[in-house]
Amino acid sequence: MNLFHFLLQNREQVLELTMEHLWLVGISTLLAVLVGIPLGILSAHWPVWNKPVLGTANIIQTIPSLALFGFLLPVPWLGDRADRLAILALTLYALLPVIRNTYTGIRGVDPAVVEAGRGMGLTARQLLFKVELPLALSVILSGVRVAVVVSVGLATIAAAIGAGGLGEFIFRGLAMVNNQLILAGAIPAAVLALSADFGLGWLEKRLRPR
Amino acid sequence: MEQTSANDPVIEFRNVAYALPGGQQLLSGLNLQVRRGETLVLLGRSGSGKTTTLKLVNRLLTPTGGEVHVNGAPTAESDVIRLRRSIGYVIQEVGLFPHFTVERNIGLVPQIEGWTSERVHRRVEELLRMVGLDAQLASRYPHQLSGGQRQRVGVARALAADPAIVLMDEPFGALDALTRDQLQREFLSLQLRLNKTVVFVTHDLREALRLASRIALMEAGRLVTILSPEDFLRSSDPLASAYVRAFRDGLDSAVNRGAS
Repeated sequence: MNLFHFLLQNREQVLELTMEHLWLVGISTLLAVLVGIPLGILSAHWPVWNKPVLGTANIIQTIPSLALFGFLLPVPWLGDRADRLAILALTLYALLPVIRNTYTGIRGVDPAVVEAGRGMGLTARQLLFKVELPLALSVILSGVRVAVVVSVGLATIAAAIGAGGLGEFIFRGLAMVNNQLILAGAIPAAVLALSADFGLGWLEKRLRPR
Repeated sequence: MEQTSANDPVIEFRNVAYALPGGQQLLSGLNLQVRRGETLVLLGRSGSGKTTTLKLVNRLLTPTGGEVHVNGAPTAESDVIRLRRSIGYVIQEVGLFPHFTVERNIGLVPQIEGWTSERVHRRVEELLRMVGLDAQLASRYPHQLSGGQRQRVGVARALAADPAIVLMDEPFGALDALTRDQLQREFLSLQLRLNKTVVFVTHDLREALRLASRIALMEAGRLVTILSPEDFLRSSDPLASAYVRAFRDGLDSAVNRGAS
């Protein structure tokens, strides 16, 4: 039986695990964007925050993912359900690229444009929403793209703590020494990562200011 | 609002000093009055404090000593957003918003001031005509314009909400000689019609002589002297006459090269 047949025969389960996978990645990316963009703005506007914010996000990034899942397991409420835990871990990993690119994007806005805006009497909020964020958008989006691609890969490990996703095939395949099963998890995950990369890359190019 | 009569200075510097947070003194003991409807040119080398002086007017910088008054009120006590919206501001780099069309660039302040879009649109068309641009350019983006066109849009944007005061920081400095000449000419005819109070920064004596009602000569963070263009050419002040000499020498040597 080849891989294609396996996927076809188990299409319902493949689909279910793919949806679980997308759910883990989608929610964690959303949370990372909601937390990371404000933190990036904070560190771009108030340099004092730059080091602690980016430093913390950097340190989180260096914790091995299996260890992080393990650390979070005994935390009450979080540890009750594996998917909560996986989402939190994935969010933490996704923070760095989002924060860093928001920071870089805002700092990269032409100072003459910002000065003209301030001189015209834009409030700090108007400057942020009408000028800085729109001009930084494509850079921020490229950070989100990195976060998503990394998350799709990382989320396979979430199956180790029972959070589901395409990692289930991979771990089952590892346990049963079944390469086909491993590929049945790995290939859809790779396709997800590639399509997210392509889609967000296209969006990013469209939003790039001229 | 304080009542001001026509003879009161529109902008007044009272013993103003400005130092960087690190302590470096950029400006000291500045006393200066700008009269209604005049074009006051701040002339000086880079680092002489002319741009600093300009930014103290719309409070992009806040004085570390003394007071700046605009329309009779100290800027330190006025609402900084209102203050800036009542003052037009043009810079050398223009600073057009690259993600906005020409129309949105010019119409931004009127729009956030709550004008109807119909009124903003009419104002933009009027301003484009005023600065000598085709109304069809309204839908273009800044990167689709030439340097001269961009600076014209910059001027139109500064005039959008019809401010009584306009600050210009070397607005024509980055343009080629012919475009600069044309824009200076248009500035003069525009100023004749609009009668704004203009503070204009330049390091170019020729530009100063051409545009100024009065020239304020600055050096090393201090005001050296204020003179009309005619008096500037005859001045016995060592720095002013050094400027004039350098200017004449430049012309002479060009002429002599042509003759030999």
